[in-house]
Amino acid sequence: MSNLFDLLVAGLATGAIYALVAVGFTLLWQTSQTINFAQGEFVMLPAFLMLAAMHVGAPFWLAIILGILLSMILLGLAFKMLLVDPMMRHGVLPLAIATMALAIGIKEAVKQFFSAEASPFPSIVPTGDISVLGHAVSLQSIGVLVVAILAVFGLTTLLNRTSLGHQMQAAAQNPTVARIIGVPVERMILLTFLINAFLVALASLLITPIYLAKFSSGEVLGQAAFIAAIVGGFNQVRGAIAGGLLIGVLDNLAASYVSTQYRAAVPLIFLIVVILFRPQGLLGRAEERTV
Amino acid sequence: MSGFAKPLKIALGLIVIAGLIVVPMNFNRYGLFILSQWAVMTIAAMGLNLTLGYAGQVSLAQGAFVGIGAYAAAIMTTHGWPLPAAIAAAIVLSFAVGWVLGYPALRVQHHYLAFVTLAFSTLAFLVFRNESWLTGGIYGISNIPRPHVFGIATNKPLPFYYVCLGSLAIVSVAVWWLIRSPWGRAFMALRENPLRAQSLGIDTRRYTLMAFAIGSALGGVAGALYAPLTQYIDPVPFNLSLSLDLLMMVIVGGAGFYFGPFLGAMIAVLLPEWLRFTEGYYLMLYAIAVMALLIWSPTGILGILDRYMAARRTKAASALRAVAKSRLETAQ
Repeated sequence: MSNLFDLLVAGLATGAIYALVAVGFTLLWQTSQTINFAQGEFVMLPAFLMLAAMHVGAPFWLAIILGILLSMILLGLAFKMLLVDPMMRHGVLPLAIATMALAIGIKEAVKQFFSAEASPFPSIVPTGDISVLGHAVSLQSIGVLVVAILAVFGLTTLLNRTSLGHQMQAAAQNPTVARIIGVPVERMILLTFLINAFLVALASLLITPIYLAKFSSGEVLGQAAFIAAIVGGFNQVRGAIAGGLLIGVLDNLAASYVSTQYRAAVPLIFLIVVILFRPQGLLGRAEERTV
Repeated sequence: MSGFAKPLKIALGLIVIAGLIVVPMNFNRYGLFILSQWAVMTIAAMGLNLTLGYAGQVSLAQGAFVGIGAYAAAIMTTHGWPLPAAIAAAIVLSFAVGWVLGYPALRVQHHYLAFVTLAFSTLAFLVFRNESWLTGGIYGISNIPRPHVFGIATNKPLPFYYVCLGSLAIVSVAVWWLIRSPWGRAFMALRENPLRAQSLGIDTRRYTLMAFAIGSALGGVAGALYAPLTQYIDPVPFNLSLSLDLLMMVIVGGAGFYFGPFLGAMIAVLLPEWLRFTEGYYLMLYAIAVMALLIWSPTGILGILDRYMAARRTKAASALRAVAKSRLETAQ
């Protein structure tokens, strides 16, 4: 039983990070029909920005702030203006392909300008264990969970309780009507890109101490967030959160109860089943057909 | 392409074909390998172009079919079967698996379909890696023999390049015929307006499955040539990024254009090689080039040409109308 408890906690912690990444992913999809295949690389990059800032002598806290700001400029503003804006009118697929190319570009740039080797990354939570209900739980898992929950809570409050959040939802659900009633749709879309950049930077800060900073680490992470977003519901923030936690737990359980060789297959098979029988996702609502 | 005069087009085609036969004769081993790889990837991209470009079904699994074909060929030829038999087996196997993969397309479309096929692609990779009794696992299969064609051994790079080129020619002719047949028209109807296609009596169900199965079978052919080309296969080349690369080839070349895959494969296989002189930067520059191209023309390279031709045609047509109008006026 103790083993199961540990697995659940570890699964929830990774799942919370997946959820952060998946939420950003669904936000981009909702407001601008962007399927961001570079989302995993978006998580990989901020850690290197922070490492670079520390390399030139900034203390850790300043490096974190600089890293988050830089990723909001690069992965939020520049990504939207340079790649998404010119391509949005031309449908989903060309833009999705362009983000695939962007993923290659980011990976290669990090490999070339930083390092091809994995670098250690300082943790924002102290290492060590504390006792919860008689089980030793790592402080890191708890720290990750707390930060991720706070971020998600903050985001849902923003979306559901503030006028700004309502404007963002209106811009996502029906841009034409939103524009008519005076919502600055363009600014709202930009805002979602900035939020996504913030979320991936946060995820980067949380996950990199566990998995090290490596140029290729985005691949696995991107795919997990991708699956989480679809399983939970592509068009719902709460769906993405549930999906993230679910995939995190499933991943960890599969690693110890299914063969290690096929652990990666479990979330995928789950994904196929969900798409075939409930394509709108576990918590999503069905999309209206445009025909 | 219809803007060119027909003799000019035929002449251009003959020059390109002659160039592909003659020019590589004094290429070195590596140059021939890259060019053979281009031919093989073009075949796989043509299959995906049928599924995606003509029938409008998004697939992120073409790389998995190249893998299926490659493993079928590797396993059979190392057990003494001739390559043609292995290619036939690769076609049948990929066709069957592709047919089954088509079933989700009957239920879900667009991005959902992309995700199902993406999941399939990764699952196929896991099977290649883990079922080592069949596929050799991470150690792969080595010493894959190359075939004798009309009694000539193709162990040297140049003869095998001609095998790849010849296969590409056969596939090209077959696809050319297919897209002009009623089937090709049905595929396009499926892409443009599935509801209307159905109301016109087209069995959209069957054609959707067919689009997947035929496209996948071509992926299998490409794989069956890839195995003897590299003479050694392991699971790594057939992971998800091959599927993404193939999709990129089709879109960059121009989805739904017959010559799209040729150009797309050229960019994906040859451009990185041409950029090698920039050393560590070559893949970065390649990624930037692809993004710039897509921003400029989301319909790919042939989309640019197509727009140019369309603009010229409307200009010519309005000139003709102007002439006709003035004739009418003088007649009155």
